[in-house]
Amino acid sequence: MEDVPVGAALLGGVMIGVASSVLLLANGRIAGISGILGRSFFAATGDLGWRVAFLLGLPLGAWLTGLVAPATTALTITDSTPLLVAGGVLVGLGTQIGSGCTSGHGICGISRGSRRSFVATATFMAVAAITVFVVRHWIGNA
Amino acid sequence: MGRTLVALACGLVFGAGLAISGMTDPARVLGFLDVAGAWDPTLIFVMGAGLAVTSVGTAWARREDGPWLGGRFAWPTRSDLDARLVGGAVLFGIGWGLVGLCPGPALASLVRGSTSVFVFVAAMFAAVLAHRIATRGAEGS
Repeated sequence: MEDVPVGAALLGGVMIGVASSVLLLANGRIAGISGILGRSFFAATGDLGWRVAFLLGLPLGAWLTGLVAPATTALTITDSTPLLVAGGVLVGLGTQIGSGCTSGHGICGISRGSRRSFVATATFMAVAAITVFVVRHWIGNA
Repeated sequence: MGRTLVALACGLVFGAGLAISGMTDPARVLGFLDVAGAWDPTLIFVMGAGLAVTSVGTAWARREDGPWLGGRFAWPTRSDLDARLVGGAVLFGIGWGLVGLCPGPALASLVRGSTSVFVFVAAMFAAVLAHRIATRGAEGS
């Protein structure tokens, strides 16, 4: 196993949990990124501002973190345009059809004891692991 | 105004949490998904801590009459398992495994100035918008 920053991982997880909890307690909203994003399009009057604010907060938070801890700006990503476009389209469509992503199903849904979220999370985790296995160990050039 | 500011603060803390935990780096996420390679368990600790705190927050919210800033809790109500849920999760899983980005980290890592992240996010936005247009009449939201 590689170096695992357990402390940073736990701190980051707690922050994600605090943010999700406060959004629920104060605003009554589920902190599912794909749902907040999807319903920003054609949002009802008065329902758009908080969505845009939350979504803008994500890069803002990552940017501020980078100022304090430059190591967190590490980013290793493929430069294959077909792979990026396919990935983006599949993530966009899949999260809308399946009503959630890692945050909405994986964190908020499972915390709520939602059967749907448990099944969705187990499915996308397993499929993602299989995808990585196929790409890295069968095709082996990504 | 209050709700917008709370949402901004929550997004900011959420994005900072993703960055601090290394989840904005696709290499680390793919390292977790690569169970047959040099497996990187970091994501387990992030999700574990996130689940622990959010479980407390959710239990707390269940005892409240309504959100602190008014209105009602937008609790998801469905409990049925259907093909859309599983099929969508399969598509999402493939896309996540191909690149190592899911929606939150994709948006958070936009500030890194990477062309790859922009291409991914543009494709993701286009797909989300296309889905919203296609289902606009069907869903009452």
